[in-house]
Amino acid sequence: MSETTTDPAVEDVLLDEPAGDAYAGARETTEGTVYTVTGGDWDSVLSAVDDEERIVVNMGPQHPSTHGVLRLVVELEGETVTSARTVIGYLHTGIEKNLEYRNWTQGVTFVTRMDYLSPIFNETGYCLAVEKLLGIEPPPRATVLRVLTMELNRIASHMVALATGGMELGALTAMTNGFRERELVLDALEMITGLRMNHAYVRPGGVAQDLPPGAEEKIRELLEILPERFEGIDKLLVGNPIWKDRTVGVGHLDVQGCIALGLTGPILRASGLPWDLRKTDPYCGYETYDFDVVTSTRADSYGRFLVRVGELRESLKIVEQALDRLEPGPVMVEDTKIGWPAQLAIGSDGMGQSLDHVKKIMGTSMEALIHHFKLVTEGFRVPPGQVYTAVESPRGELGFHVVSDGGTRPYRVHVRDPSFTNLQATSAMCEGGMLADAIAAVAGIDPVMGGVDR
Amino acid sequence: MSTPELPARRDPSAVSAGDAAVRPGTDMFGAAFGGDTSGFGGLVKRPPADASTPRPYGSWFDEAVDVLQEEYSAFDDAVTRVVVDRGELTLHVKPERLAEVAQVLRDEPSLRFELCLGVNGVDYPSTPTRLHAVVHLMSMTYRRRIRLETAVTAEDPHVASVSHVYPTADFHERETWDMFGIVFDGHPALTRILMPDDWEGHPQRKDYPLGGVPVEYKGAQVPPPDERRAYA
Repeated sequence: MSETTTDPAVEDVLLDEPAGDAYAGARETTEGTVYTVTGGDWDSVLSAVDDEERIVVNMGPQHPSTHGVLRLVVELEGETVTSARTVIGYLHTGIEKNLEYRNWTQGVTFVTRMDYLSPIFNETGYCLAVEKLLGIEPPPRATVLRVLTMELNRIASHMVALATGGMELGALTAMTNGFRERELVLDALEMITGLRMNHAYVRPGGVAQDLPPGAEEKIRELLEILPERFEGIDKLLVGNPIWKDRTVGVGHLDVQGCIALGLTGPILRASGLPWDLRKTDPYCGYETYDFDVVTSTRADSYGRFLVRVGELRESLKIVEQALDRLEPGPVMVEDTKIGWPAQLAIGSDGMGQSLDHVKKIMGTSMEALIHHFKLVTEGFRVPPGQVYTAVESPRGELGFHVVSDGGTRPYRVHVRDPSFTNLQATSAMCEGGMLADAIAAVAGIDPVMGGVDR
Repeated sequence: MSTPELPARRDPSAVSAGDAAVRPGTDMFGAAFGGDTSGFGGLVKRPPADASTPRPYGSWFDEAVDVLQEEYSAFDDAVTRVVVDRGELTLHVKPERLAEVAQVLRDEPSLRFELCLGVNGVDYPSTPTRLHAVVHLMSMTYRRRIRLETAVTAEDPHVASVSHVYPTADFHERETWDMFGIVFDGHPALTRILMPDDWEGHPQRKDYPLGGVPVEYKGAQVPPPDERRAYA
């Protein structure tokens, strides 16, 4: 704050008499009086404005209940929301642009960071697109491993949806339980891929590495533990009257509205339409797995919550079937012009190049060394053309529009992220409701800002 | 220790239009100088082919195109090319007709492309109509996908907005405007969405200037990504 500013429009003036208490700071701007509300001081704002004035409340981008760096600009009449707009872009990192300057395999490490709660889906969607451009099929074991990790990832992602959604509505036990269960799944994913998040596990042509010893047992353990934990959620939330009071009838949007606004995933299924790409446009052999599409006809936040809870169990069913299907075999295409020759192994300092392989290329085959070097630095070439592939991520249709000009780098990758599209429903779900219900509605959409802004 | 000076931003007009897209690999690493002696490489990047796929297209494509031709009177004027590649159908449409074609595709009972999966852009600076807007549609009834593509020049980047046919296109068209500078006529509020409101330029265009990274070691400097040694 500057004492010497002469322009009153930009000068911050503390009002002489803060009405009520001293906590709600107020300053004059060109747009009128701006109050900074930090909690518990709402009365001082209400008593300061007269009834004729509109109150525009800015929530976020740093706000604990806006589900990440989402900014909501809501106009209030009393406590009723008359208009709600979303402002996004606070987490824009230019991933799509960055992809154009890395080779096709390196692209995986970028896309995995977009929707950071469903990294395996990002990777698989991208790799399916690259494979479609190349005209290759990953070996069956790699496809089963993709399905296995995707469904584990879906459980972890839905757990966060329940956890953060619960936290935003004040149900802190839901949060601690949700994150606790998610951690179990992340432990398994860490064992398989080496990382809890941002795995870069799925690669064009297959997956980075085979299951390490003990991973199958670890996943089987999960199959034992998780159903009990899911029951805990049932007991804690599904019949909980407070939870139902906060979510039933909140954020209503019917099928027609969902399709017009392009909403997919649990939101669409909670409005009654059993639309799930795993069934309707199968990929990775999902048509051969036995599972149900969970739906609800409530079309509100509670229905979306029920769909997610139901999908936890269905995902576990798929994980079990995938485990039973694991046949020994390669996990990367045999074309050595695409699959990296690297045989990774766990050494004393973690995952790294297999020493046997290093011995072979350094000691006996100079050509193999050159080839290895070229493939890793330059990468493989992808025939020109464009494709669109989509996978059913925990939040809906995750689409990849990938264009190649025949080079070793993507010419253009566009990601149709479900969170980005679903967020458009905020206005339709919030307007006319209470301000507190806006939080429940956004929690029901479950946007992940990393995916929204990319 | 003094902080190395930040590199001057390059003038976007200094980059020739065809620079990034079509550049025959002069040597294996794409560098115009120095020493690739392997003779391997020689990759030539191609601009998008502009030929129509001859009939029959196969699959359900013939039938769908026939229906569209029948139901949409201006088909011959609006649809410039029909391309089938890798099992995907692409209709190249004139920019001012895009919304009309989308409307027919959505409403015609035997087509029923109810779900729009967004609008996005691709920049081909080597071609005269360099900015492409691409719309992906899905028919939930028949479980089919189709792609509409339209191309405009950077000087007159006007495309008919599909946001009144598919309200979901709202955010997507804003993003395409933000990233590529394609103007969607008829969009209710075409403003930037990912970049700040006062941002200059459209970052996803191929000639958008990129920054380098100064390194605090002997005054070295990591060049911008598009100036680094490229392997193709």
